[in-house]
Amino acid sequence: MNKKIALSALLVSLLSACASQAPKPVAEAPVTPAASSAADTAAKTATASATSAVVAVDPLDDPKTGLTNRSLYYAFDVDVIQEADKPLVAAHGRYLSTRPARKVSLEGNCDERGSTEYNLALGQRRADGVKKLLVLGGAKDEQLNSISFGEEKPRCTAHDEECWAENRRTDLNYAK
Amino acid sequence: MRFLMMVLMWLGSLSAHAVLNIEISGAGERQIPIAIVPFEGEEKLGSPISNVVAADLARTGLFRLIDPVGKNPHRPSEVNYADWLGTEAIAIGAIVEQPNGRLEVQVRLLDSVKHVELNGRSINGRDTQTRSIAHRIADYIYETLTGVPGVFSTRIAYVNRHQGKFKLVVADSDGYGEQVIFSSDEPIMSPSWSPDGSHLAYVSFETGHAAVFVQSLVTGQRLKIADYPGSNSAPAWSPDGRLMAMVLSKDGSSQIYLAKPDGSELRRVTDSPRTVIDTEPCFSPDGQHLLFTSDRGGNAQIYRMAVDGGSAHRLTFEAGSSFSPRYSPDGLGFVYTYRNAGRFYIATQDLTTGQMQLLTEGGWEKRPSFAPNGKLVLYASDAQGRGILSTVSSDGRVKQRMFAQIGDIREPVWGPYLK
Repeated sequence: MNKKIALSALLVSLLSACASQAPKPVAEAPVTPAASSAADTAAKTATASATSAVVAVDPLDDPKTGLTNRSLYYAFDVDVIQEADKPLVAAHGRYLSTRPARKVSLEGNCDERGSTEYNLALGQRRADGVKKLLVLGGAKDEQLNSISFGEEKPRCTAHDEECWAENRRTDLNYAK
Repeated sequence: MRFLMMVLMWLGSLSAHAVLNIEISGAGERQIPIAIVPFEGEEKLGSPISNVVAADLARTGLFRLIDPVGKNPHRPSEVNYADWLGTEAIAIGAIVEQPNGRLEVQVRLLDSVKHVELNGRSINGRDTQTRSIAHRIADYIYETLTGVPGVFSTRIAYVNRHQGKFKLVVADSDGYGEQVIFSSDEPIMSPSWSPDGSHLAYVSFETGHAAVFVQSLVTGQRLKIADYPGSNSAPAWSPDGRLMAMVLSKDGSSQIYLAKPDGSELRRVTDSPRTVIDTEPCFSPDGQHLLFTSDRGGNAQIYRMAVDGGSAHRLTFEAGSSFSPRYSPDGLGFVYTYRNAGRFYIATQDLTTGQMQLLTEGGWEKRPSFAPNGKLVLYASDAQGRGILSTVSSDGRVKQRMFAQIGDIREPVWGPYLK
């Protein structure tokens, strides 16, 4: 298990170093002290980048801002955003408010339990919930596109709880 | 090991029309012992029409196939009834090749208890369509002996997901004769037959999100009928083919709408708050009501409402959740998926008594639909983590699993009688 977390952490850092999309492969992530300050850091960085041309790295790609974390996870048959994920969404909301040209797709996903149609609707509700919170955080409606893949695009394909947890997710997918 | 698996998969993909392995379990309460005698001219044709007929009948669980063991009468005058003790019916016949590439199969059905000819029929078709000729012969025998129309000539549709590719497939009711009618790198969901069997409506993600398409099975022409922001899904035709029920999320949550089958004249039917999902609409055979799935009571359950609107009545109350309702062809009940304690079952409910019946033992069993004669239910199940097609008789007694398809089979739906 420790090995797995270490590997995940390594993957995250590798991915975030080379790509703007950095899916977090750890399901139901524990609340860490860093997460709560991520929003503040992100906001500061975002503000700094907006007012200064010196910053070379888009805060979106800077692991220190927390904005490289772009997946939220859910309990079974639930679309309510977990408390631990709210600072993350708020940080993305503030980032988007400082970058009105940036657009992001909110992609709701579900595990395979239930019917495909029910899951499509549930994934849509997950994505719409994230959209609503992003707007509260300062993003504009026209920057956001909420869609659902239901159970159709599982990231993890085994039929067990570990995979199901991984697949109950909303991804923030920024347009290039 | 992985290499070997890859090779096997590759070989598999070469034989997309490989013989299906069909496993049948259970039997009808009463089975009719019947002998299907190979038809005259069949061996010359190189097509075992009588084998297909026998397999069709066997799969219903209502017949016990008696081996003719070398006896091969083709005309009633050639039948010595003393040879056929233990049977109740014998099917005999002859194939006549016609000059224009067509075949005529003259079939006669004999009552081997009363020693009389029941009736006969002449069935025509192209020589390239021997399986469909055989299915029509099986339909004739089934209807003559049970009084219920057969469904062997009807077709089914399903989605095949394989290595990130999605295919919408139409096949014979026995799983053979697959035709891919649409392929995509993006998901395909929820195929739905038009009442005359000429079109399929379905959900495709090719535009980046779930949108509803209608495709002609005759011309292949496709029409995008709903592509609003959010999700567009769950198409269902009215029995007269004039309306399409769909689920759209454009107004805040997934709700049921009605439109013409080209997507025009859209109007909302359900009016739930933003926190509620209403989905999977299905028209009653008289076109007056809709069954649908809703989580308005806290989790997914099945409800019924008038197509004209008004209040919805909850129909399922068992512990766990219930979804994917489909009316029986007589409108007296419905089949659905019941989920409890991590297992999925195929269940029916009698709308008059409210009585629930589990048709399966439970496992990974989803998206049931009735055959148009109401005697069989097609559903998706799994074997070794891969989706397969399964059927169960509507009394739950006879089950059939169809293996050996390539890929993960999802979203099956039984088509209507072909006019």
